[in-house]
Amino acid sequence: MSRSRRPWLLPASVLVALLLGLLPLPQVLQPFRPYWLAIVLAYWMLEEHERIGLGFAFFLGVFADLVFGSLLGEQALRLCVMTFILQRFRPQLRFFPLPQQSLVIGGLLLNDLVIAAVAHFMLGEPVRSAIWWWTPLIGAVLWPPLFVVLDALRLGRKI
Amino acid sequence: MPSYAGSSAARDDIAGTLRLLLFLGLAIGLMIVDNRMGWLRSIRAQGETLVQPLWRVAGLPAKLGHSVRDEAATRAQLTEENRNLRNALLINRARLARLQTAATENARLRGLLGVAEQGSLDVQLAPILDIALDPTQQRLVLDIGANRGVTVGQAVIDAGGLMGQVVEVHPNTSIVLLLTDPDHAVPVTIARNGIRLVAYGRGDRIELANVPMSSDVKVGDVVVTSGLGGRFPPGFPVGTISKLQPNESRAFLVGELKPAAQLDRGRDVLLLKRVLRPLPPAAPTNPATTDATQAAPSQAATGNTQSAVSASTAASAVGPKPAEAKPAVVQATDTPQTQPPPAPSAPAPTEPQR
Repeated sequence: MSRSRRPWLLPASVLVALLLGLLPLPQVLQPFRPYWLAIVLAYWMLEEHERIGLGFAFFLGVFADLVFGSLLGEQALRLCVMTFILQRFRPQLRFFPLPQQSLVIGGLLLNDLVIAAVAHFMLGEPVRSAIWWWTPLIGAVLWPPLFVVLDALRLGRKI
Repeated sequence: MPSYAGSSAARDDIAGTLRLLLFLGLAIGLMIVDNRMGWLRSIRAQGETLVQPLWRVAGLPAKLGHSVRDEAATRAQLTEENRNLRNALLINRARLARLQTAATENARLRGLLGVAEQGSLDVQLAPILDIALDPTQQRLVLDIGANRGVTVGQAVIDAGGLMGQVVEVHPNTSIVLLLTDPDHAVPVTIARNGIRLVAYGRGDRIELANVPMSSDVKVGDVVVTSGLGGRFPPGFPVGTISKLQPNESRAFLVGELKPAAQLDRGRDVLLLKRVLRPLPPAAPTNPATTDATQAAPSQAATGNTQSAVSASTAASAVGPKPAEAKPAVVQATDTPQTQPPPAPSAPAPTEPQR
């Protein structure tokens, strides 16, 4: 069963997610930047979990740490936790309707922020300011369109 | 990648959890090592060289946006901008002329006193590679690196004042730690009376910690680098005190600084190159060469960071500034002082040179 007709889409989407994370935004919009990488990873975890796993998430996280200049291992930790949760609940999540899925994604992104905050706090690094806690909401809102677009690209359908 | 579609769900669960624990342990280990120990730094630097193409691509849209804006600017806008710039140039020229005489005189007096020259300064223009790094750290990526002679430790300024320092140099890019970064601290003095303090980055602001209650520090004071420690040259504006309040213990004041430099705007910054070149001992016959380079810091030292384009402010800025270097005896009578009383005049002439 080879569902992935476009094997290049996974690396391409991850690359685009990394670039979207780096793209400069106006100072006002800066805190509302969603965690693109996690959202894209969540999509692939739900749709083609046989291609990625914890190892993929870990190495992607370390690479992202290098790219964003964050503490080495921070995003690896966050992405691993997220991947693990998605692995566990994948059978249920896959058959959720899109709005419900976006709620779950919002919850996962919130959890991700909590992990990041705890890790930063433990290591005595600065914690993000309060305004950043909006990002899970934005991630949740972005999930349905992203899902539809990636699905269309992956299956070669017209949007 | 092993498949998880095993026969027994329970065994699968355990295997999955074990894998998770393994990777979590690895990640946490990496974090601790990166945070606490230095030996990961060289590996990290090499990794960052690897991801540089990505930075470049991410910086493209901003570059493109700038050039599009430049192209699309109308004639009226350009004329307006040109007029403003010409006015600014006129005022700055007047200021410079005034300062050159002061610099010459200063050099002559230094010669008379037999004081060591602190070395003149040279700058290099560096474009900013506009990308957003980790939001909890205040850093900036510059578009030039070792290829153009950037070295770690160089001070970075803009038209307003000090911005930070170069902390990492890659072949084609370099990373600047901004004043507001929590890892950053800079030795400063109050320009008005020479009280010495340390300004710490606090994420999105700059803080003056442990200001003695009895010291003569007020809201609105201009804070400049003191040059102690030898990393930053003396006399560059760091900011203006915008708030001053007692800390938790009520034994000291905590001040908040409004940065003099525009930390979040602009396309270019200046990198200071330190040229240690002793001045001819007395009455330099050819002041043009040394003065041109000295004018930059001394102009900054006037503390007029607003660059107001009005004749009245220009006149007041051009006017001679009395050397306010009284020995600041106001400092500390009841609080224990850790620092010796400030040097009376001349920004630390025997300052250690790197």
